[in-house]
Amino acid sequence: MLLGAMFGFKVAVGTGNPWLGLLVAMLAGGMLSLLHAVVTINFQADQVVSGLATNFVGIGLSLVLGEGLSKAGTTALLPNWTVPGLSAIPILGPILFTNQSILVYFGYLLTPAVAFYINRTRPGMHLRAVGEYPSAADALGINVYRLRYLYVFIGGLLAGLAGATISLAISPGWFSELTTAGQGWIAIGIVIFAQWNPWRALAGAYMFGALRRLILDLQGPTMLLWFENPFRAQSPGFFLQMLPYALTIIILVIGSRSAMKKRVGAPAALGLPYVRGERGR
Amino acid sequence: MPQIVNAVEMRGIVKRFPGVLANDHVDFDLCQGEVHALLGENGAGKSTLMNVLAGLYKPEEGAISVEGKRVSFNSPRDAIAAGLGMVHQHFMLVPSQTVTENIILGLEAPRFVLNMAELDKKILALQEQYGLRVDPKAKIWQLSVGEQQRVEILKMLYRGARVLILDEPTAVLTPQEIKEFIATLKGMVASGHSIVFISHKLDEVLAIANRVTVLRHGRATASGVSTAGTTKRKLAELMVGRDVIFFLEKPPATPGPVVLDLQDLKAENDRGLQALKGVSLQVRAGEILGIAGVAGNGQSELAQVITGMRKALSGHVRVNGEDVVNRSPRVAINRQVAHVPEDRNGVGSAPSLSLAENLIMKSYRKAPVGSRLALNRSVIRKQAEELKTAFDIAAPNIDVQARLLSGGNLQKAILAREMSAEPKIIVAVQPTRGLDVGAIEAVQRVLLDERARGTAILLFSEELEEVMALSDRIAVIYEGQIMGEVKPEETTLEQIGLMMAGQRLENIRGETDGHE
Repeated sequence: MLLGAMFGFKVAVGTGNPWLGLLVAMLAGGMLSLLHAVVTINFQADQVVSGLATNFVGIGLSLVLGEGLSKAGTTALLPNWTVPGLSAIPILGPILFTNQSILVYFGYLLTPAVAFYINRTRPGMHLRAVGEYPSAADALGINVYRLRYLYVFIGGLLAGLAGATISLAISPGWFSELTTAGQGWIAIGIVIFAQWNPWRALAGAYMFGALRRLILDLQGPTMLLWFENPFRAQSPGFFLQMLPYALTIIILVIGSRSAMKKRVGAPAALGLPYVRGERGR
Repeated sequence: MPQIVNAVEMRGIVKRFPGVLANDHVDFDLCQGEVHALLGENGAGKSTLMNVLAGLYKPEEGAISVEGKRVSFNSPRDAIAAGLGMVHQHFMLVPSQTVTENIILGLEAPRFVLNMAELDKKILALQEQYGLRVDPKAKIWQLSVGEQQRVEILKMLYRGARVLILDEPTAVLTPQEIKEFIATLKGMVASGHSIVFISHKLDEVLAIANRVTVLRHGRATASGVSTAGTTKRKLAELMVGRDVIFFLEKPPATPGPVVLDLQDLKAENDRGLQALKGVSLQVRAGEILGIAGVAGNGQSELAQVITGMRKALSGHVRVNGEDVVNRSPRVAINRQVAHVPEDRNGVGSAPSLSLAENLIMKSYRKAPVGSRLALNRSVIRKQAEELKTAFDIAAPNIDVQARLLSGGNLQKAILAREMSAEPKIIVAVQPTRGLDVGAIEAVQRVLLDERARGTAILLFSEELEEVMALSDRIAVIYEGQIMGEVKPEETTLEQIGLMMAGQRLENIRGETDGHE
């Protein structure tokens, strides 16, 4: 994500074209994910360890390549857009379809598309199979390694996209690692919270988004209802900003516990490398 | 038989694994429209040979022809394309997907969007054709093992397989399901399919197969022998390499007082589902109570609750009158409850510790093996040597890592450890599973010796013949409940089979009484 944010902003500043920035950001995320893929799929390394290591590589690369970028000033950003027609719907129109970043609309479309792809198409079924029970897929001639590579890469593309969404639309600019401020970890929390269901992930993501917004809003006014706003001071402000991350930890603990126990939604072969002929999945 | 091309011909197949020659120049023929059994002990190379045929392994040497054409498979997909379908012993099904999804998994068609309603209909039509019924919309995890097996077979038929390779298909079925299954096989043979049937059960092979090939240590000791011209004894000798005693002598039981008393035990399994729904049983000193049942009906959980390894939600475990439910494994050990667990490598032994260390694993807290701080090396070595000799554990020395022992010898080591504590109660879970005939004999002898010594034994086994041969009483468990208790001399395999499928003893008796 951070790499995507950096590349997205850097390319946009360099070329003046935010769309090109977006594309490069996605590719950068994808390339980094391939490193993770090689380590976990080919060398069967622990996915958590490799994930952490890849994360540090990403941070390091971003900081080095993004050197001096924070002083680059502003650039052309991704456009906002109002959907003709839909924006006229009372209440929902102004909230959902008026003057939003083009990427917000992309998010609207992506969720149903992903849900349909995973549950209702042949390649989606194969995707589920290689995550749930790779030996079954392998026995039927599905190339487990190739599919796992493909989807890790797609995951990387989307992470890059997420980074560029921040640096080119939500809070434009490059503020070293504070650009994304570890929000990728929240994404992991949301996936567990959503029990690997795209629709619930959508709900979870908006819930976290609303929480962040609420925190910003809470810090704004001097008076809250009839009381002096206690959140205006510096330290409670930090405390509030910490809340989404703390919530992520709580969700991760609860989620991993119940997921372990009842296997709710989590792919059965999650975190397990696949080696043909090895017993016990 | 008229001169037609063989469905499959395998010539001089050699397959090596690191340190093992799994198949040593094996020949195998499958005629069109026959059931050909592949017989052998565990580790004889049966599954390896068939995995070669199914394209999962590549042989180092040898040639394969299918319907007269030379073939070379690089993946299971190639084998399926040539009309060979394998149903593995461990089912290759995705638990979270539906029956239909599993059947069409990996196929080229439909290209992209799945029209489930239409596909379900197609699967139903196929089921009708072969009499293999199972709800296409059901998720695999909701199905019984027998139904899952039907899905596996349907999967291969849907792909147009003309040769079906079945790896120990009856191991997971109740006697009734086996009957049904054999009828299905006959139907498939009649419609022109050829079947390879892997098994280590002699009776079944003689009942189902036309011909049999026997493997021992990776070599064929008999190739394509007609089952009509052979006997169980002859096959066993080919399989094991020596004369085999099928049944041990069992003196009449002299049951003493109740030593183990289980009352209304309830417990959950690892998934949080209720696995025991009120189990009550009594075991007396000097008798063997056999627990029969299809795997996964609460046997493991029951054994774990008794040995203190799983918490019960409610109920009592009384050992000599003292309630030890929800205490700890240590309490069970101190009350001389021996445990021969299902999982020999994970629970029964510490694979990377030495044989000697594994043998003292339950006595190290007590003198003379251990004091408060230190272990007494010389005592440990002396005891280990004695046990190794007494239980005939084939290992180069007592310092060898437990992981390097064969299954049979590891089990003997576990028994040696448990028996050396002079148990009052033995909880033995699948003690002979996966062992060769010789080791099975040894394990069963140990249990019978302990029974003569006055130990109360609870024997969990999926091998009905074993339960029938060893037990003084048999209780059948189904979905965490006891369906009934019978004496082996007063019951039949059919009666036990019905209970294994979920019928209560009183209902079965009611029915038969009605006929009389």
